Amino acid sequence: MPEPGTTGRMLLRYRGGEGMLAWAFHRISGVAIWAFVVLHVIDIYLVGGNPEAYDELLAIYASPIGRVLEALLGAALLYHALNGVRIIVMDFWPPLTRYHRQLWYICWAIFIAVGLPVAYIILKPIWEGAPT
Amino acid sequence: MSAPYTRSGRARPRGGGLELALWYLMRVTGIGLFVLALTHFLIVHVIYDPAEQDASWIAQVRWSSTFWRAFDWSLLMLVLFHAFMGVRTVVVDYVKGRARMLLLTGLYLLAIALFVLGTAVVMTLPVVPKG
Repeated sequence: MPEPGTTGRMLLRYRGGEGMLAWAFHRISGVAIWAFVVLHVIDIYLVGGNPEAYDELLAIYASPIGRVLEALLGAALLYHALNGVRIIVMDFWPPLTRYHRQLWYICWAIFIAVGLPVAYIILKPIWEGAPT
Repeated sequence: MSAPYTRSGRARPRGGGLELALWYLMRVTGIGLFVLALTHFLIVHVIYDPAEQDASWIAQVRWSSTFWRAFDWSLLMLVLFHAFMGVRTVVVDYVKGRARMLLLTGLYLLAIALFVLGTAVVMTLPVVPKG
């Protein structure tokens, strides 16, 4: 076990820089998506098993807090998907591992270009009211 | 100076066998999920809004065709494999001995339960014609 208080520094310093952060974000986003999948399969089961309970739960999905969480879920999903492709590229074309940093920056460029408009669409009903 | 080969995925297991098969399957399911999971997210959060959705919307619109049920069931299969094998890797990395065995057993039981629940609902929910 690391000394208390060193975990945060380790996260940034173990092997250093982008490669370590890419790995840490991949792991954190992966576990977060896993937790959502567990919730989501159970809530979808309610569509058949208890539709009234499902409708109540879906009202939370459409609420402002729900929308913020969905935007975060989308961010986790998009990062994990893009960095996953980066991992596959380096696994199967090892010479490209030399450019792992550049590949990570490309991931972030796509993340921002795709993620910002999607986040805007998801969050917009918070201040404009939901479509019916 | 940084190491010439900084990895952010699990290193390819040496020696073949089950671990190598799982390593390949994580990548294959990952590519499948890139398409299926992102499409699914786009449909339910961008093309439609959660405010338009409820249990009858699923029966009447979202799951009104065999194609979309097969799509979501395929997504379920891929995500259960990929997510649970991914968490398995995390557990094996951080937990040892008896606790690891208990956690992994619980993990696999949860995966089987979700497989049953998800498959049951996507295959048996009656189609309700819209109108």
